[in-house]
Amino acid sequence: MCDTCGCNITHGNESLIRPGGKLEKTENGKEAVSVLHNLLHENDHTALHNREHFDSHNVLAINLMSSPGAGKTSLLEATIQQLDDNIRIAVIEGDLETENDAERIRQYGVKAIQIATGSACHLDAHMIHQALHNLDLAEFDIVFIENIGNLVCPASFDLGQHQNVVLLSVPEGDDKPAKYPVMFRSADLVMISKSDLLPILDDFKIDKAKNYLQDIASDAPIIEVSAKDKSGMSQWIDWINQQIKARKKYLEQHPVLHTHHHHHEYGTD
Amino acid sequence: MHELSICQALMKQVEAVAFEHNAQSVANIVVTMGPLSGVDAQLLKNAYPIASAGTVAQDAELIIETSPVRVKCNHCGCESDATPNKLICKHCGDWHTTLLSGDELMLMSVELEKSQETEAIH
Repeated sequence: MCDTCGCNITHGNESLIRPGGKLEKTENGKEAVSVLHNLLHENDHTALHNREHFDSHNVLAINLMSSPGAGKTSLLEATIQQLDDNIRIAVIEGDLETENDAERIRQYGVKAIQIATGSACHLDAHMIHQALHNLDLAEFDIVFIENIGNLVCPASFDLGQHQNVVLLSVPEGDDKPAKYPVMFRSADLVMISKSDLLPILDDFKIDKAKNYLQDIASDAPIIEVSAKDKSGMSQWIDWINQQIKARKKYLEQHPVLHTHHHHHEYGTD
Repeated sequence: MHELSICQALMKQVEAVAFEHNAQSVANIVVTMGPLSGVDAQLLKNAYPIASAGTVAQDAELIIETSPVRVKCNHCGCESDATPNKLICKHCGDWHTTLLSGDELMLMSVELEKSQETEAIH
């Protein structure tokens, strides 16, 4: 929703701003100012800016989200090995502490930037913007953003990605979409990771997970994947290739008009 | 606890409004949010004294209005009340629905206090 055309006025709040509504009244000596701004306005503005950067370099940005330990980094390692060699990959890693994940990625000769958030439980658009100063986007076709392992906070922050991929690992249980509806509603693709564990953890039912996703009105496709035995990897790679193609086609039809004026030099702040 | 960063973003917006209107202080702040915004109202309230300390809004009351979760069915067109993890149509039971409200996270209004002198100048 934007803050300019009035589409932010919904069934939930329109009564407040109608004449006689709560927000219309003023008391003596006080002035009520109607604002109607999304609280994340500033973040969303920076996210838009990041997306312009990605688009102006024909780069697809994928935001990977999940709980801690669902296998985001393992999936990325397997992805790096299986994606076509002519697709140039960069990874932005978010963690509270350590460079461990970035180092795992760098072992494959892939550029990885680690964002250590300290105590922040999510990545925001400003952190990604900072990271982009250390990434020459002209050299890449796809940027994976590995968000902080957390099924709550990252869901609220647009980073400027084109696609959200949410991982649900088999050991977590099939009812995670019902417990974390905000996160799973944000998913453009849901991956059921560690699928090699399905025979052992047989109380995880794929159909139940699908039903929980339908309950939150999600039509996101679902891919069962195991970074360990590599099953489902070809479907995931196909999905990525489709997204790259779709993005290219979109940008051919909607060329980027880079409207903001400040200039980005690679390697500067 | 992303509520603190969201509360800090809220304070920035409130301060900008107060500055723009030459206000001395802020009496109250009205925020509308829905259960699907991903933000917890109580945590936002808890974060408020920390985020507002030392600002023009440090004595302001933070009023949080909760918007209802409502969906419109893409199949039968009916509108119905829903819950955050059950966004299906109450009339025909279809899960292909569009969210009408419930994910807002909106600064609705700010009530400003102006001193007589400021009023006289402006």
